[in-house]
Amino acid sequence: MLEFLTEFPSLGRQDLSSFKQGIDEGFRTFSRANGEAIEAFFNPLLQFLIWFEDVLTGAPWPLVIFVIAALTWFGARSWKITTGAVISLLLIGIFGMWEDTMSTLAMITVATSLCVALGIPIGVLMSRSDRAQSLVTPILDVMQTIPSFVYLIPVVMLLGIGKVPGLIAVCIYAIPPIVRLTNLGIRLVDRDVMEAAEAFGASSREKLFGVQIPLALPNIFAGVNQTIMMALSMVVIASMIGVRGLGTQVLRAIGNQYLALGLMNGLAIVALAIIFDRVSQTYGKRLQAYRETGHG
Amino acid sequence: MAEVHMTETVPCADAGEDAPKVRIKGLYKIFGETPEAVLEHVHGGMSKPELMDLHNHALGLNDINLDIPARKIQVIMGLSGSGKSTLIRHLNRLIEPTSGEIWVDGENVLAMDDKQLRDLRRFKMSMVFQKFGLLPHRTVLENAMYGLEIQGVQAKEAEERARKWLDRVGLAGFEDQYPSQLSGGQQQRVGLARALATDAEILLMDEAFSALDPLIRTDMQSILLELQEELHKTIIFITHDLDEALNIGDRIAILRDGEIIQSGDPQAIIMTPADDYITDFIKDVNRAKVVRIRSIMKAPANSQGKPVLTTDSIEDALPKLHRSPSKCCPVQRPDGSVCGNVTIDAAIEALKAPESEGDDVRYA
Ligand SMILES: Nc1ncnc2c1ncn2[C@@H]1O[C@H](COP(=O)(O)OP(=O)(O)OP(=O)(O)O)[C@@H](O)[C@H]1O
Ligand SMILES: [Mg+2]
Repeated sequence: MLEFLTEFPSLGRQDLSSFKQGIDEGFRTFSRANGEAIEAFFNPLLQFLIWFEDVLTGAPWPLVIFVIAALTWFGARSWKITTGAVISLLLIGIFGMWEDTMSTLAMITVATSLCVALGIPIGVLMSRSDRAQSLVTPILDVMQTIPSFVYLIPVVMLLGIGKVPGLIAVCIYAIPPIVRLTNLGIRLVDRDVMEAAEAFGASSREKLFGVQIPLALPNIFAGVNQTIMMALSMVVIASMIGVRGLGTQVLRAIGNQYLALGLMNGLAIVALAIIFDRVSQTYGKRLQAYRETGHG
Repeated sequence: MAEVHMTETVPCADAGEDAPKVRIKGLYKIFGETPEAVLEHVHGGMSKPELMDLHNHALGLNDINLDIPARKIQVIMGLSGSGKSTLIRHLNRLIEPTSGEIWVDGENVLAMDDKQLRDLRRFKMSMVFQKFGLLPHRTVLENAMYGLEIQGVQAKEAEERARKWLDRVGLAGFEDQYPSQLSGGQQQRVGLARALATDAEILLMDEAFSALDPLIRTDMQSILLELQEELHKTIIFITHDLDEALNIGDRIAILRDGEIIQSGDPQAIIMTPADDYITDFIKDVNRAKVVRIRSIMKAPANSQGKPVLTTDSIEDALPKLHRSPSKCCPVQRPDGSVCGNVTIDAAIEALKAPESEGDDVRYA
C-alpha cells in the first residue's frame, strides 16, 4: 500500500521502451518511405535558397550595400536609419563577417517571406471563422512554447541536416506572430466601416482586399516585425542542423571558448535585427499616417 | 397602429399616388437564440418587456406594415431602442427578418440570392450612416468613389462623378484629405456624396444627421431638401428628432417598442395624434411653424380678400388673417386655384396642443 503512494504507478520499463520504440520505428518507416518525396517537394525551395545566398555572397559588396541602403531608405524614409544601416554593414565587412552575414541575411529573408506567404492566409482564415480560430490558436501556442530542439528531431529524421530543415525549424518558431496579428487586425476592423462596405454591395473579396486587409495592415506589419525578430533569434539553433552563417561562428565560439569571435558575430546578428526592426516599424507607422492627422 | 385620415380638408391633399416603391408586410424581428420558437408568443400578443423577461428574447420589430411612396421622404421616428435601425437594415437585408415580406419595386427582397442582393445594394439602394462609416484609409475622393468602384464603373468616369457630387455637397477642394482631417459635418457630406454618386433611386439614411451640432444639422437638412427638389429620390430617413422629422418628412411613421403606432401625413400626426404617446411626443413642437393652412382650412371657397397658401404655416398666415376685415381669408393651392377658406379663430385654435390624459408616457 505504502509503496503504491511513494512509487508512481508508471508503465513498466519494458512497456515504456517498447512504446517509444514503436513510435520511433513507425516514424522511421514513414520517413524512409516518404523522405525522398518530401525532399523532392522541398527541392525548389532549396534551389531558391542556394541561388539567393549565391547572389548575396557573390555580388560585389558595394552593390549589396547600395541596394540595402536603398531598401532601407524606401522603407523608413529616414537618413538616420539609412546611415546607421550602411555603417553597420561596413563594420561587419571590416571585421571579416561579410559572407556569413550575407548567408544569414538570405536565410532570414527567405524564412520571413515564407512565413508571410503562409501566415497571412492562415490569419485571414482564422478571422473569418471562430471554429478555425479555436482550432489554430492552441497549435500556435504549442509552436511558440515547445523547445525548438524537440521539433528539430523529427525534422532532421525526415530531411537530414541542411538548409531546408533549418528553414522549417525557423519558420515553425517564427510564424505564430504573423498569424495571430493578421487575425487580430482583421477582427479589430471597425464594424461600422464593414457595414458600410456591405451596404454598398461589396463582395467578400472586395471587403477583404478593399477594407479588412488595408485597415489591418498596421497590425499585420507588427506581426511581420515580430516574425523577423524571432527568425533572427533562431539563427544559432538553425546552424546546429547545418545552416551556414553567423550562427555557425557563434557555435564555433561556444565550442572553443573564443570570446571575441562569439561577441563579434553576436553583435552582427544584433545589427541585422536592429536594421530590420527599425525599417519595418517605421514602414508600418507610415502606413497608418492617415490615422494621426487632424482630429479623429 | 392607426392610419389617421384628415377631416374635410381632403380636396387639397396630395393627388393620387403611384404604387409604393417599398412595401413592408407583416415584418417581425426577434433577437435571441430561437426567434422562430418564440414568434408565436408575439403573435399571441406578448409585449416586448414580457418577451424579454419570460423568454430572454428581444423583440426588435413587431408586425410592421408600411408602404413607402416613390420620390418622397419617408421619415421613421421613435425613441432610442424603438427599432428604427433594425427596420431600415431590413430593407437592404443587412438584417434578416424572423418573418414577413419586403418588396422593392415589386420585387421580393427576401427571395433574392446573394448576387441579386448585391446588385440591389449596388444599384438600387445606397445608405448614409449615423457614424458616417467612411473608409479611414481612403481620401475623400476615394471614399466618394467607393460605391461606383463596387459597381464596376471605370476609374476615370467614377472619379468624374465623385468629384461632381463632392462639389454638390460643398466639399470641392477637400478631395485629397483623409476623413480624419474633416469635421463631423464635412464627413457626413462625404457620406452623402458617396451615397448619391451611385445614382441609386432609394436612399436609406439612419440618423444621418443625429451626430451633428444643431446648426450643422439644419444645414445638412437644407442641403438634402435642395438636392431632393431636383433628384426626387425615395428617401427613408430615420430620426429621433421631431423637428427634423417635420422639417423634411413628406410622411412620418412613429415607432415604439418595434411597433408602428401612427403613420401618414405629418400634418395628420400633429393635428390628430393617435394616442397619448404621440400627443406627448408632439406637445413641445412650435405649432405656429409646423401646422399648415391646409390642415385647418374649411371647404367652401367663398371669402374675399388677400389669399393665403395651403402650404403656409400659421405663422405665415396670421398677419394676413389679422388684416382681413372679416378675419377670414381664401386659401389658394400653390398652382393658384382657390380651394377653401380659413378663419383666424381656426388658426388660433390650432396653436393649442392636443392634451393627453395622464402622465408623460415618454418617460414612464
Ligand atoms: N443584434 C442585436 N441583438 C439583440 N438585440 C438587439 C440587436 N440589435 C438590436 N437589438 C434590440 O432591438 C431593439 C431596437 O434596436 P435598434 O438599434 O433598432 O433601436 P434604434 O431605434 O435604432 O435606437 P437608437 O436611436 O438608439 O439607434 C433594442 O431594444 C435592442 O436592444
Ligand atoms: Mg439606431
